[in-house]
Amino acid sequence: MAAPVDSGYWFPALALGVSFLKCLFINAYHSTDFEVHRNWLAITHSLPVSRWYHENTSEWTLDYPPLFAWFEFGLSHVAQHFDRNMLQVENLNYASPSTVLFQRLSVIFTDVVFIYAARECCRCVQEQKGPRDVLSRPSFVLAVLLLWNFGLLIVDHIHFQYNGFLFGVLLLSVAKHLQSQHLQGALLFAVLLNLKHIYLYVAPAYGIYLLRSYCFSQDNKDGSIRWASFSPLRLLALGSIVVSVCALSFGPFVAMGQLPQVLSRLFPFKRGLCHAYWAPNIWALYNILDKGLAVLGVRLKLLDEAGLPRASMTGGLVQEFQHSVLPSVSPSVTLVCTLLSILPAVASIWLRPRGARGFLRCLLLCALGSFMFGWHVHEKAILIAILPLSILAVESREDAGIFLVLTTTGHYSLFPLLFTPAEFPIKVSLMLMFTVFSFTALRKLHSGQGSLLRPLEVIYLLGLVVVAIACEVVFPLSPWQQKLPFLPLLATSVYCSAGICYSFLRLYVSLLRRDDKPKQL
Amino acid sequence: MQTWSLVSICVLLGVVVRWGVSLNSYSGAGKPPMFGDYEAQRHWQEVTSNLPLQEWYFNTTDNDLNYWGLDYPPLTAYHSWICAYVAKIINPDWVELHKSRGYESLTHKLFMRTTVLVADLLIYIPAVVFYCLYLTDGSSKKKVSTLLCFLLYPGLILIDYGHFQYNGVSLGFALWGVLALGLGWDVSGSMAFSLALNYKQMELYHALPFFCYLLGKCIKAGPMGRGLFLLVRIAATVLATFALCWLPFLSDPSQALQVVRRIFPVARGLFEDKVANTWCSLNTLIKIRSIMSGDSQLYLSLACTLLAVLPSCFRLLTKPTFWHFKLALVNSSLAFFLFSYQVHEKSILLAALPVCLLLNDLPLIAIWFLQASTFSMLPLFLKDGLLVPYVVTSLAFLFFSLYLLSALDHCSEDELRMGAYNKLLVFLPKLDLACIVRWKFYVSVAVMAVLSIVSVALVPPPHLPDLFPVLVSTTAFLHFFGTFVYFNVVQFSEPPSRKSQKKSN
Repeated sequence: MAAPVDSGYWFPALALGVSFLKCLFINAYHSTDFEVHRNWLAITHSLPVSRWYHENTSEWTLDYPPLFAWFEFGLSHVAQHFDRNMLQVENLNYASPSTVLFQRLSVIFTDVVFIYAARECCRCVQEQKGPRDVLSRPSFVLAVLLLWNFGLLIVDHIHFQYNGFLFGVLLLSVAKHLQSQHLQGALLFAVLLNLKHIYLYVAPAYGIYLLRSYCFSQDNKDGSIRWASFSPLRLLALGSIVVSVCALSFGPFVAMGQLPQVLSRLFPFKRGLCHAYWAPNIWALYNILDKGLAVLGVRLKLLDEAGLPRASMTGGLVQEFQHSVLPSVSPSVTLVCTLLSILPAVASIWLRPRGARGFLRCLLLCALGSFMFGWHVHEKAILIAILPLSILAVESREDAGIFLVLTTTGHYSLFPLLFTPAEFPIKVSLMLMFTVFSFTALRKLHSGQGSLLRPLEVIYLLGLVVVAIACEVVFPLSPWQQKLPFLPLLATSVYCSAGICYSFLRLYVSLLRRDDKPKQL
Repeated sequence: MQTWSLVSICVLLGVVVRWGVSLNSYSGAGKPPMFGDYEAQRHWQEVTSNLPLQEWYFNTTDNDLNYWGLDYPPLTAYHSWICAYVAKIINPDWVELHKSRGYESLTHKLFMRTTVLVADLLIYIPAVVFYCLYLTDGSSKKKVSTLLCFLLYPGLILIDYGHFQYNGVSLGFALWGVLALGLGWDVSGSMAFSLALNYKQMELYHALPFFCYLLGKCIKAGPMGRGLFLLVRIAATVLATFALCWLPFLSDPSQALQVVRRIFPVARGLFEDKVANTWCSLNTLIKIRSIMSGDSQLYLSLACTLLAVLPSCFRLLTKPTFWHFKLALVNSSLAFFLFSYQVHEKSILLAALPVCLLLNDLPLIAIWFLQASTFSMLPLFLKDGLLVPYVVTSLAFLFFSLYLLSALDHCSEDELRMGAYNKLLVFLPKLDLACIVRWKFYVSVAVMAVLSIVSVALVPPPHLPDLFPVLVSTTAFLHFFGTFVYFNVVQFSEPPSRKSQKKSN
């Protein structure tokens, strides 16, 4: 008998299955982001456009670009059929059952964009030759890695955000580039930037790639740029797409003279270097190094304890973190570090373009670089790297190894997002499910080419299990729970940042090594 | 991919779905003075942890039997006692005598839900995994598909994790019994089943097939010699298990008698509420309860039940194979559900378990029945505020089981074991039975969907307040009765030959 999954319907089945699963989390815990989005629904529904970026009844002011505000405006017209009271700006923290149902369903239904994008990505991957079991076909594995992504499930459907929809647009744009439909890809990315400006992080990759590989239609034989092949028409087409999307989005606000107000909402630099829970990046390591040096200094009597900034650590949860030994970091420093970190990647695709896959690699490095060095990075931003990396992971063995390290660490670093005991079994089971699948499926996919992980990486990932047990099970029962409540968060972010730094470096090495290859030929 | 990873993914998915359902409301949440089954279970913890064992089943000043008095066999009581022990460590308020009545809090809900999950992980889920891996035919992918469908059966999940009960324990023990018998370990199988019986007396629905299968096997092995030896060993095991479970109550005959009286309350009437069995459905035409005395109702139901069980048990006694055993389990539990005394709507789970065992052999009929059984409990789910999980899990189960087991592609007459019908219906022109079954399935799913929507969306006319529950239970009754007839016919037709089984794999 032919196994049932061998029929072509596995993609709808996977998509439908995960959608049903999402519906089960309707009554789960939701974070303050739920109220943020409810407030935006109310603002866009009940106020004129001119008030959108001025309204401040709630502390959760509108701080996404205008297209997202229009998206909320559209949603609010459906919302009024569920419960009109959620659309009043004064109803702070309003969460009636029908409000919850509507908001949850809106996330589930807008995920259709993500499902479509995943379908397009699956069409782009190179299938290996020969008849294969559907479970070990690259497109099937990729579909599961994208649709059932653990991080996306808990961030969107429990914590509450609209990332699925936004990542859908990003992946769709990546897929269009993989299919060499560059103008569509550029249009989608311009739309995405006007939906959520966090994607500015990956804009350099887009800009350079389109300029280099689309506006210049030919290369010299050695791969270097042929200036004569520059096509002004293509540049004009790209430019007009980007400008018209931005004009559509920001135009009305420019006309009303509100651009400075909008921008001040979009880029608030008043926040601290790190989020309340440190995202696992360089600054987490920097902070812990600073703390370590301070403690060491006091022990060795090199530093005067009274002279140190007070409560720099007992408030591990305080946003403003003052360094005691190392110099403090300002936003401009982080900007310079970020630019420096992505420079080699961007330069590499300018000097030696390697098609859409080289672009994808560069996009990943931009995402990871800004995650590593950015100002006030959220732990959720790691998904910008994890999701596109899934595409590379099903195609090459080396990327699969990087993917496993990055995904497992990145996903574990999302654990503190769900701190309520009721959601504990869900996050553990979902994480295990995704991890078991990604390990076994990728190993099967790249079987016969040696093991995916190096011994040291295996030890590191096993250490993650130890950290998880220590933080989630042992620590809450120990006496330190009262004295050092921030310790698990600290340990998690420091341990995870090591893994993410490592993946960042390995990804860089893989990009630069590919640079050398043409020379050897 | 290796089987172990697929199996662990299925189990984890089962856990996620269970826990997702458990985030919803439970029976009697915030409804004093009686609350619901959740409070009943909590109250048993309170009683067992605070009172001496001799008072558990007696009406005393400290133990008001009218307020959710203990009416399950001793193993349930012991389970409550263990849970109460843990509860006392976490928060003694949860089980404080008298004062904790109607205690509700988020943490307590979390604790109660966890106890269900722990019991399931220890007993029910491993049994399902082993059953699907060792006792179903086909490729490993087919086994895993069956496992996933088995684990995602919505009825059990919604009752245990939504409404709140511990059916997973008794059904799990019964399943361990089936598993052991399937592997040929008759003695351990009978022990597991005795444990199931001592957890919930409703497991009696499964008792006759167990008895007949083992007896038939002993007879087949030769009534003297090996067969007798086996019989003695099984009997000794059962007696020992029972004695062990009842040990604290055996010192005083009045104790044991009181427990029995609590477990079998004959005074409660032929049926309560709206249940999809014969008596309740007949009630729309004939008011049996008003024309017959209580005793004659009892005898009538007893006679009908025995009559309905007899054929399949007799067949099993003469042909004690595992295939017939599974069918007899279905037939016996359905017969009990349809005809016996004091049936609850939740008892359909006892019939659903053996039908789950047939998911791999007769996918379409099994899925159809399981869907109908979930649907039959709709009024209960609506009362408990479980509409969303009901809709989600039912749709997911229906879609995934049809897809994974490719049920609609595999329903030729041969695969549906409908050969016997053509012989029975000789006087009719030859019909394409497979096609008829498929259409009946579509119509029935549509009817269930429409009735579900109507029950939720419409207000019943004032002179018929129970219109929708009655419609639901009658529809479900028709399904159950049809399934009962079908499985009896299958049991009396020829068992599947090896050859046709090979072909279908």
